[in-house]
Amino acid sequence: MAPQSAIEVSHVTKYYRRYSQRRQFSTLKSALLSRTVVRNLAPDQSFLALSDVSFSVPAGATYGVIGRNGSGKSTALKVVAGITKPNAGTVRVNGRVSALIELGAGFHPEISGRENVFINGIMLGLSKREVSKRFDEIVEFAELRDFIDAPVKTYSSGMYMRLGFAVAIHVDPDVLLVDEVLAVGDQGFTHKCLDKFAEFRRRGKTILLVTHSLDLVERFCDEALWLDAGTARVSGDPRRVVGEYLTAVERGEERQLAATNARALEAAGRAAGPAGGPGADVPPPGTQGPRDGFQAPAGRWGSREVEITGVRLIGGDDHASHLFHTGAPVTIRIDVRAAAPVDDFAFGIAIFNAEGVCCYGTNTAIEELTSDRFQGAGSVSFVVESLDLTEGTYTLDVAAHRRDGYPYDYHRQLHTFQVRSRTKDVGIYRPRHRWEFSPEIRLRPSAP
Amino acid sequence: MLHNLARLARYRGLIQSLVARELKARYRGSVLGFFWSFINPLLLLLIYTFVFTVVLPGIHPKEIEPYALFMFCGILPWTWFSSSLLEASNVLIAGGNLIKKVLFPAEVLPIVTVLSNMVHFLLGLPILAAFLVYYRAPLQWSELVWFPVVVLVQLVLTTGLALVLSALTVHFRDIKDILANVVTFWFFATPIIYPMTLAPGIGRALLNLNPVTHLAISYQEILFYQGSFGHWKWLLALGVVSVGVFLAGYFVFDRLRDSFAEEV
Repeated sequence: MAPQSAIEVSHVTKYYRRYSQRRQFSTLKSALLSRTVVRNLAPDQSFLALSDVSFSVPAGATYGVIGRNGSGKSTALKVVAGITKPNAGTVRVNGRVSALIELGAGFHPEISGRENVFINGIMLGLSKREVSKRFDEIVEFAELRDFIDAPVKTYSSGMYMRLGFAVAIHVDPDVLLVDEVLAVGDQGFTHKCLDKFAEFRRRGKTILLVTHSLDLVERFCDEALWLDAGTARVSGDPRRVVGEYLTAVERGEERQLAATNARALEAAGRAAGPAGGPGADVPPPGTQGPRDGFQAPAGRWGSREVEITGVRLIGGDDHASHLFHTGAPVTIRIDVRAAAPVDDFAFGIAIFNAEGVCCYGTNTAIEELTSDRFQGAGSVSFVVESLDLTEGTYTLDVAAHRRDGYPYDYHRQLHTFQVRSRTKDVGIYRPRHRWEFSPEIRLRPSAP
Repeated sequence: MLHNLARLARYRGLIQSLVARELKARYRGSVLGFFWSFINPLLLLLIYTFVFTVVLPGIHPKEIEPYALFMFCGILPWTWFSSSLLEASNVLIAGGNLIKKVLFPAEVLPIVTVLSNMVHFLLGLPILAAFLVYYRAPLQWSELVWFPVVVLVQLVLTTGLALVLSALTVHFRDIKDILANVVTFWFFATPIIYPMTLAPGIGRALLNLNPVTHLAISYQEILFYQGSFGHWKWLLALGVVSVGVFLAGYFVFDRLRDSFAEEV
């Protein structure tokens, strides 16, 4: 095969019209009144979906496009498919294209699956004879032998998608464009689709894959592109692209968490009134111990004889963060201040998962660290060698209190952090572990 | 544009199967199925016969007796014309899924609308023919030759208008509602329920400007009136105009084509 590219996208820019604009007209009357039937796109009336995007996909390659929602992935696919035209730039595609954008888009609900297969096949560019030739294969693939003569409106959504997928894939395109359609059908069918893609690759067909499944991109694609707000950020080796994408996503989430925590703290501070004696938010007597505080809503209370002035979560790189990976070291650093000397004090922390389940809670009194004296400003660190939590969002309670539970300063769920994990294990606690196998049980070497 | 127009021929198979689908889907689930295409015009004819021979006899000139049959010659093609336009005005929006999600030649949709309505028209013809055989001397062969010409002219004209309307409605949704009213007016501005001879001087001049007038008169002269087809010059002129309308319609459609995927 000649070393040419199957898809060549160069400097493509695509605007979409914004509809919220008051100046926009959508009726004939206003068009006639404003005398501009052909609308021109001023920059403030348009949304830049793709901005000077270039990439090329070599023939026979599988190319993944990733990015957040609204980053222009689907627009890129539609431009390649020729469904929409770019406002600037050129797109060249060599060979027959089949676009899996919406499965079964042309199905008519009233007529049978059989007739829909024919019409859909013809819509996708096959001749009637070609469809007849592949008909059995299509029905076989869709696993719809018993239902093929029933009207499509009686199909379940899974059946509908399967039939749509089966037709589109049997068009036998040179270039296959796939937009996040692997989430159709059950596990078995998904595997079948992946097998079909693999077969496509073996036969030297080109696949352009838009997906949120980063795992799929890493496993399947020869090259990947990360689109961010309409611009091409990184392209090349899928692992590298996915890695950079994930880092950026984490950075964004980190910023959001920091902002959330700051807001929560500020709101709690306002509600509790000026620091000093017990505020209005002090729970009724008898519910002052941190264990009972676990039931309380988010907030801040306490007498402030010892005041918590700051809470930071510090990762292995000595930087404050809100996002950690399973197994990474974390230090919870609590800055405290006592205006007058205190001799009865304890510090505690508790970690809750998103369902509000306490994953772990402790304090210095429970752990039999006896207080002596504290005055001025200082800090307490809760050092975790390895954060063995599963993936998810967690909230943190921190408190300074008397050993009997009388609160000095109690921060209830004011701090949020996230845990990331490459393994999708479940539960609330991840014991450090490994698997061992006797020699009879052999495993394939895992991918590097 | 010419390139796209030439491509249209390649979509023959697609158009054919979509028309078939349209017709099948229309009657799917009804007991009488395709017979409705016969029964609908038959019932219409019976109603008009009843109204104009029993309820309101003698309000129309003698020359257009039987009046129901006269009307029917005009109403059958008019139904084709008007429902094509009304459906076409909505067809791109209704088929938005295809245009947005599949690489699909959009002009196929209004064309399919016109053609499937034409099939209904053709299926109504046997009913008309049966009554013609009963009421009048058999058609002459020259009339039989002219009939397909009229149908062809109407097809070209309707398609041209359907293309423009479908494309413009994507941008201006008002057209759907405007059109519904225009079609009603248009019906009365066409000599269908009255003969052209009843129109006064100035009115006649205006009626002559209406292209559908000449289609209606052609159908009436061929099917209803005895004697040779005298309106052929008008018909041929209309044929030329229709080709112009079609080309203009296709031009507009082609110019707006790229906007459909975003606007529907």
